[in-house]
Amino acid sequence: MVFYVLASLAVVSAVMVITRRSAVHAALFLVLTFFCVAGIYVILSAEFLAAVQVLVYAGGIMVLFLFVIMLVPLEARQLRPPVRHVAGSLLLAGLLAASLISFFAAAKGPETGDGIQPLASGGGNIETVGLLLYQRYMLPFEIASVLLLVAMIGAVVLARKKV
Amino acid sequence: MIPTSHILVFSLALFTIGLIGVLTRRNAIIVMMGIELMLNSANINFIAFSQKLGDLAGQVFSIFTIVVAAGEVAVGLAIIISLYRNKDSINVDDMNIMKG
Amino acid sequence: MSGSLWLIPILPVIGFLINGLLGSRMPKKAVSFIACGVVAVAFVLSGLAVIELAGMPAGQRYMENRLATWVPPVDAGGGAKGLAVDWLFTLDPLSAVMILIVTGVGLLIHIYSVGYMWEEPGYWRYFTYLNLFMAMMLTLVLGGSFAVMFVGWEGVGLCSYLLIGYFYWKPDCADAGRKAFITNRIGDLAFVIGTLTLFSYFGTLEFRPILHAVTTGQGPQWVLTVVALCLFGGACGKSAQIPLYVWLPDAMAGPTPVSALIHAATMVTAGVYMVCRLAPLYLAAPAALTVMACVGAATALFAATIGLAQDDIKKVLAYSTVSQLGYMFLAAGVGAFSGAIFHLTTHAFFKALLFLGSGAVIHALHHEQDMMKMGGLRKQLPTTYKVFLCGWVAIAGVPLTSGFFSKDEILWKAFQWSPVIWAVGAITAVLTAFYMTRLMGLTFWGKSRMDHHTEQHVHEVGPAMKWPLVILAGLALVGGFLSVPASLWHMPFTLEAWLEPVFNPATYAALGGTTGGAMGGDAAELAGHAEEAGSAAEYGLMLLMSLLAVLTMWFGFNLYDKTPEKAAAFKKRFAGVYNVLKNKYWVDEIYDALVIQNFYRLSRAAHWFDVSVVDGAVHLVRNLTVGFSYLSVFWDTWVVDGLVNLAGRTVRAGSGGLRKLQTGLLQSYASAMVFGLFVLICFYMYVS
Repeated sequence: MVFYVLASLAVVSAVMVITRRSAVHAALFLVLTFFCVAGIYVILSAEFLAAVQVLVYAGGIMVLFLFVIMLVPLEARQLRPPVRHVAGSLLLAGLLAASLISFFAAAKGPETGDGIQPLASGGGNIETVGLLLYQRYMLPFEIASVLLLVAMIGAVVLARKKV
Repeated sequence: MIPTSHILVFSLALFTIGLIGVLTRRNAIIVMMGIELMLNSANINFIAFSQKLGDLAGQVFSIFTIVVAAGEVAVGLAIIISLYRNKDSINVDDMNIMKG
Repeated sequence: MSGSLWLIPILPVIGFLINGLLGSRMPKKAVSFIACGVVAVAFVLSGLAVIELAGMPAGQRYMENRLATWVPPVDAGGGAKGLAVDWLFTLDPLSAVMILIVTGVGLLIHIYSVGYMWEEPGYWRYFTYLNLFMAMMLTLVLGGSFAVMFVGWEGVGLCSYLLIGYFYWKPDCADAGRKAFITNRIGDLAFVIGTLTLFSYFGTLEFRPILHAVTTGQGPQWVLTVVALCLFGGACGKSAQIPLYVWLPDAMAGPTPVSALIHAATMVTAGVYMVCRLAPLYLAAPAALTVMACVGAATALFAATIGLAQDDIKKVLAYSTVSQLGYMFLAAGVGAFSGAIFHLTTHAFFKALLFLGSGAVIHALHHEQDMMKMGGLRKQLPTTYKVFLCGWVAIAGVPLTSGFFSKDEILWKAFQWSPVIWAVGAITAVLTAFYMTRLMGLTFWGKSRMDHHTEQHVHEVGPAMKWPLVILAGLALVGGFLSVPASLWHMPFTLEAWLEPVFNPATYAALGGTTGGAMGGDAAELAGHAEEAGSAAEYGLMLLMSLLAVLTMWFGFNLYDKTPEKAAAFKKRFAGVYNVLKNKYWVDEIYDALVIQNFYRLSRAAHWFDVSVVDGAVHLVRNLTVGFSYLSVFWDTWVVDGLVNLAGRTVRAGSGGLRKLQTGLLQSYASAMVFGLFVLICFYMYVS
């Protein structure tokens, strides 16, 4: 039951994110969406991911967004309507969603029971995730850290006063 | 145990909402928020299948997605700031110097 | 040691690189230390190599060091051998003598230069050039093939040019450098022609295979003669023989130690060295030998007469050098190759000494070179005077000094060959004794003709300049004992016996065979011949020459020291002859009128030809082209361009529609992506 409550809340707040005229409001609804998604992660027995989601998204990324929104004070000067080509975009998105749903419906995945055990809920797999990260996925993990470094330097260079 | 299909529907909804945001909004910041929503829906899919199939690799991949998303946000916002400095606007339809 | 012969020339290269690249930023002391140090080490290495060489059995004294391939062998096709050149360094008794002279005298002159050049601008540049010169000279004498020798040959020419023009801001010096370089080019052309002719006949550039082929009678006689003459032409340029001697007196514009090292002791003797290195070739071409003897004799006499009337101290020594080099060619021409090398050695000692001594005088008098403004320096410059005395007795041929022995050996061989040549040599020897006495008289004896200011500041040389002078003075006095004639005194070592295998064709003829074991015997046999040759005639000539030399010197001493007014009266009485000599027979003017002006005329004619004929033809072609191009333009404009424009318009019209797709807007691209995704998913569903 909790899942459905959280999911509806997430969807509603996501809709709010893209419909609010004020970017600050949109950002706050985005935080709400992220929290809801984190809750769903817990339900799906991904507690570590939930923590990461809260830390990185709700903590780091949101702060970045808010900083930028404050650095770019354009709200008052916004003369044109905030949206464009609404009908066409909705049509496109709807087409894509419909095609995806029918694709999923037609798809046949492996069923639980024939040798595949779903993860037990209630925590306890953080250690396994850690082992996976540092053993099997060691190289991608290090590459990801290099990627972050590059992104950091790139951001600093791009946002300097004189480009 | 929530049926995987329900979770997929939820993630599809988030994805579509993010997509609509990306396609319709003029404000580049909100376009980026839409992108974040889409990335989150992808993560939800990873987690859902990870749980259903009992394979933790899905969670690891979500972590990488989050890392990439963090980098993308940092660089994207830096680009927005530099655009604002140069063009005094962050409207995506003001950026059309690539027009043929 | 034979594997490390290359170290000897490479050491000065190191000095050259260090001083050349960093010298401008190093203190003068460091520059001098490096420059002299590398030469000193090269000298020690040369000494070790020569000691090892001397340890081998006579007749087999030969080391070679094939360092690397320079030009890889190419198959010229049809079984003919293509050009293949190796970096080959060889050491035999001849090059052993040369490297010892080059590094030994070179070291002394390096040390002397430290004192002489201390105040001059571009100190480091001087030592850079000097080290490069040493490297090139050692490459020249150690090179085992014409190609490697040619590297050194041209390299020393370059260094000579650089060092003559050392004071490049003075037009005289720059002109003198150019003159030396261009005159040498003429000789070098002959050298290259000779070398390539040899190559085309024998298929190699290395000395020993060529000499082996020559001594075993391969190759037609006339080719050998032509080659020998061409190579002698090269030697004429490098060693300042008639008709290419004109550059050497002008080369005195360079710093005096350079004149001593390059234009007296080493570089100008490269021609003599080359001729001696190819002794078997010349022995196989007697016509070339005769030409060489005549040219040498003519040069010796001609330059000595000019030397009689020069007032510039360095010019006297320069003409003296030309004359002595003529002596060496005379010696080689009459077949006395070891005499030539012996005279080369002793000449290196006493002429380097005289040049360095004149440098000390010039230094003392603040760059005054005119002997008419000197005089009476005997008391003010005692050390310089003493060493000059040694050089004077050596070059004049006073008995038991080095010049006496070497001239005697040459003159005796010349007498056996032809008394006419001997007479020319004897007259030259007397003239040499006279002009050197005149030089001594005008510089050191008599009364001072200096102006008051200069006289006040005359100063004796410092230690860096003094010790090389003293050492060279000693060598000039006793150097002759290297090769005492067997008829006088039987010495355990003579240069003649040491060098004999190099000049003996039998050495090379045996090369192709199993071993060279027979040569020792040949050498001994020839030495025996020399011993037998001692006769009354030899003693008579020796005595005659000694007497002539001493009498000339006594006469000159009285004339210039005691009664200088007589000398002046003498000069006035023979004013006509004096003027001819003073103006060097107007050779420079004649060359100018005959060669240089005609060359200018030829250039002008070529220019006229260029402007009227060549340009006329070019203009005709141009006009034709222009006419034709009008037709071409018509075709181009209406037919070719028409088609191209049609194609262009079509593409443009099509692209006008397409470019509207390129909105530059982010979201239209995103929409396109989404649509593409939709199509892809539909495609997958349809397929599955």
